[in-house]
Amino acid sequence: MPTLDLTADEEAMLGGRDGGGVALAMRVIVGQARISDAPRLVEITSAHVDSCLYHGQVSLDFAHRLVDLGAQVRVPTTLNVGSTDLVHPGLVRDHELAAAGRELMAAYVELGCTPTFTCAPYQLPNRPAFGEHVAWAESNAIVFANSVLGARTDRYGDFLDVCAAITGRAPYAGLQTPEARRGTVVFDCRPLGEFSDLTYPLLGHHIGSVVGAEIPVLLGIPSEASEDDLKALGAAAASAGGVALFHAVGITPEAPTAVDGLPVRVVDLETLQRVRRELSTVASELDAVSIGTPHASYAECVRLSELLVGPPLQLPFYLSTARATRELLAANGVLQVLEGAGVTVIVDTCTYVTAILSPTWKYVMTNSGKWAHYAPGNINVSAVLGSLTECVASARAGHVVLDA
Amino acid sequence: MIIHGRTLHPGTASGTPIRLTAPLSFWGGTDNEGRIVDAHHPQCGEVLTGRILLMESGRGSSSASSVLAEQIRAGTAPAAIILSRPDPIIPLGALIAAELYDLNLPVVVASYDAIPADALVQVTDGRITW
Repeated sequence: MPTLDLTADEEAMLGGRDGGGVALAMRVIVGQARISDAPRLVEITSAHVDSCLYHGQVSLDFAHRLVDLGAQVRVPTTLNVGSTDLVHPGLVRDHELAAAGRELMAAYVELGCTPTFTCAPYQLPNRPAFGEHVAWAESNAIVFANSVLGARTDRYGDFLDVCAAITGRAPYAGLQTPEARRGTVVFDCRPLGEFSDLTYPLLGHHIGSVVGAEIPVLLGIPSEASEDDLKALGAAAASAGGVALFHAVGITPEAPTAVDGLPVRVVDLETLQRVRRELSTVASELDAVSIGTPHASYAECVRLSELLVGPPLQLPFYLSTARATRELLAANGVLQVLEGAGVTVIVDTCTYVTAILSPTWKYVMTNSGKWAHYAPGNINVSAVLGSLTECVASARAGHVVLDA
Repeated sequence: MIIHGRTLHPGTASGTPIRLTAPLSFWGGTDNEGRIVDAHHPQCGEVLTGRILLMESGRGSSSASSVLAEQIRAGTAPAAIILSRPDPIIPLGALIAAELYDLNLPVVVASYDAIPADALVQVTDGRITW
């Protein structure tokens, strides 16, 4: 087992030089570094914290302990979604959960985190550059940072994320190291031909389901794939499996130019049709539509507003996005179009992590592979997966309408 | 009998073993009463509270640390967890519970195949006896 080397500065933090909060955070970082056999710690330039989502009394006790001990983050730190929408507090039905969620979100702001409350911090300004070491939590943000931005983060989660922000350090292990970032298996997607917007989450779900601990290299992703497409792919791959990094040849910055010698798995249309049948319930009846998982980008909101020109919606329609994106939408008149058409715009949280949708609803349509994966277990609904145009057409018709 | 394993979190516990045949995520996989609720898990319905949990590794969401720490606080967690390969998420939950509540749930990596199903197992840090 390698020994863990700490710098004099890190030893001092551990010994209490910077106060009890930093010492506690450093005990967590050092403990995790030892378990993952890290030889040293690495300095990080930013953090994205997921611990602000409420999981019980322990969530509050930990955050309050850090606040009481005077801890402050020492790198720029964004916050993930919480358990309530602070801009529209009436949307969450469970008032106890909303109150606890609000208290937790406030505690993380007290620690010096920026109140971004979004699962898509890569849609905000000042995102990490290629090669930067960061400590990001939230599986879809992790896979985006590693794959699309070429920043370096391992998979961090509750408690560890904020401890990294407070110490400015993470264990030098896993995807922080170049050796762990190389592609190890090729997914040949060329038989898929032209991609629709639903191809990306279906492909992501498939890769996540079968890839195990390997690092996938994707061949045949169209060169015009947008960041929103890669977001949908990564989010689905990270929720269906443990994917924290993928390479798309010709698109993502660390993708290899040659894939000779790697094992190859071919992905064809039949595979994705099977994935769609697995993820999506066959139903005609529909109670609501929920999109924006991960949080919708500005461009996705504009596209929705364009699709909404026409006959009115017959069903409740939810759109989750970042509060920063909502402000931009409001400034440019897009928010007014969305809300005028009957869309409920949710910020700071998401419909599958808290109590927003009616408990009587059985069938909810989404364009997100991640939402379709988690919502049935989390909020007891059956998910119907469709493209954005299918979601809008279905909300207009009052029942499921699919293109083909 | 005695086995020496690698201590991921120190502590002392005793209880009867429960062996899982598939990895378990505490988040989404167990409820606040320590019962396995993941419908796809082969041991769905079993209660882990107070047992010596033997499983290959944790699985899935990093929110599992929070769920385990919350169960330790509430007294519904297993008595000890023995894994066959290191997993950072489970000992993190144990470490946070120790920091906040001074409650220590031992987490050990050891090959546990020799432990009989009906044994009374004692765990003291990395030392497992029955």
